[in-house]
Amino acid sequence: MASGWVGLVSTLHMLASGDDSEVFARSQRLLAFLTKLTKLPVTFLIGWLSAFQDFLLLAGRSFANLFQRPHYWDDVSIQMDIIGFGSLPIVILTGFFSGAIIALQMARALNTYGASSEVGAIVALTLVRELGPVLTALMVAGRNASGIASELGSMKVTEQIDAMRALGTDPLQKLVTPRLIAGAVMLPALTVIADAIGLVGAYLVAVPLLRIITAGEYWSTSWRALVVNDLAQGLIKPLIFGIIISLVGCFYGLKTTGGTQGVGKATTEAVVSASIWIFVVTFLIDKIFVNL
Amino acid sequence: MAEEPVLALENVNLRFGEKWALKNVSLKLNPGETRIIFGEAGSGKTSLLKAVVGLIGVDQGKIELFGKDVSMTKQRELFALRSRAGFLFQEGGLFDSLTVGENVEYPLVNQVTASGQAAPPENPEEKVREALRFVELEHTIDQFPAELSGGMRRRVGIARATVTEPPLVLYDSPTAGLDPITANTIMALVAKERDVRNSASLIVTHRYQDGEIMADFQYDAEAQELVTMDTCKDERKRRRTKFMVMKGGEIVFFGTREELEKSSDSYVKRFVRKGDM
Repeated sequence: MASGWVGLVSTLHMLASGDDSEVFARSQRLLAFLTKLTKLPVTFLIGWLSAFQDFLLLAGRSFANLFQRPHYWDDVSIQMDIIGFGSLPIVILTGFFSGAIIALQMARALNTYGASSEVGAIVALTLVRELGPVLTALMVAGRNASGIASELGSMKVTEQIDAMRALGTDPLQKLVTPRLIAGAVMLPALTVIADAIGLVGAYLVAVPLLRIITAGEYWSTSWRALVVNDLAQGLIKPLIFGIIISLVGCFYGLKTTGGTQGVGKATTEAVVSASIWIFVVTFLIDKIFVNL
Repeated sequence: MAEEPVLALENVNLRFGEKWALKNVSLKLNPGETRIIFGEAGSGKTSLLKAVVGLIGVDQGKIELFGKDVSMTKQRELFALRSRAGFLFQEGGLFDSLTVGENVEYPLVNQVTASGQAAPPENPEEKVREALRFVELEHTIDQFPAELSGGMRRRVGIARATVTEPPLVLYDSPTAGLDPITANTIMALVAKERDVRNSASLIVTHRYQDGEIMADFQYDAEAQELVTMDTCKDERKRRRTKFMVMKGGEIVFFGTREELEKSSDSYVKRFVRKGDM
């Protein structure tokens, strides 16, 4: 690509100096470059669509495996431990500080309208509806989508996945489905924890630190602010995010090629892709729930 | 009654883009038979092994594994079919996060039948130890593959490929990258596996000596070592090892060791090296 630009610049230069044969050769190359450039969006789109199709196939087969034997419950519990218990520290920290930060910012803004007493309600709504699920999912994506992609990617490049198939085990059943179950179960649980810790963080800011509200007021307003719709959103989102994180990690892991470098690339792609999907899906779910 | 072949390929074609991985490949392997496959890098040897167990799909032709058409078999049944064939990968393909013992146990406890998972045997531990004893590595049962040497890993791979006593074992370059002594030890194990369990084997290799060992020696259960077949009267045993040479996905030679050595084809001759054992 870069050489094409260099070619373009030097061709213009050549045109100015008037060297004919050289100009012809260069303009041929320039034409080829421009053709490639126009084809680029098309090839990119086709590549993306075929990757998405592969992803849907993987997802479909992994879901189908939920209802088919054999089930590898040992692997499910190992993955639950890695994804769930392993992510607990970062999820607690993220939850605590996001709650504290919202309280700090909101206390000031609400004060302008003389509505400081509503701080609990605002924190509860933002955390449960939006930030709890999204921030937890982003942290877990950074931690586990990468972990899954690099683990499966290493297995792929060292022929372990092929070995698994050759030994008569379905890698989707043995590797993907347990991670899918673990992600779908653990992420809602982690989100609930993050929400709760976030409320504690906001409490510490609003009550003992800023003293804008009493403890009783804080807890009762935040509790009363939540309705079923909020809780439903707050639990459906992490369920879907958990599925996305596990499947995206597995997808990039299983399609790894090109040795250790490929494993690194797969890991990066998995985190980036999972994070983007988290935002896209949040938007879609919000669109549905806001209209309800 | 004619023996049912464990493996039969009929006019199998497979292309990767412009390149032929397999071109019009046909072969038949009966129980207890050995087929040695030679060929330069990229001549389709590994593709052949992978196609046999359906790890890669072929474009045309028919592959029958244990009498079942691999390309027509459903994914789930294919896993059941595969678990009846042992496969030794070039680099061993061991699971590096599992111990040697767990690696060898893997095919026993994860075997899949068409109806779901098969019950693991009564005492997998004993079977695992037996398989590791077979390759003389029982003491490594609690170690991880990374702690073993290349030759030892290959031997663990053989133990894992044969622990379920499969009627067919596929070896992908069992001796590649090993010193001659270790390589001969590995081939002695491969020959032992064949003679003790009467399994059919498909062996991809670069070393002519590997083929010689398989063709000229047999395992003597009483003496517990390989003995030469020169004195062997059993005509069938003497003729059970055949050689195949591949080039650009095609089988360019098929025959016995004598025929291979007499071949005048310059490509085929490259794989025959005499007297440097």
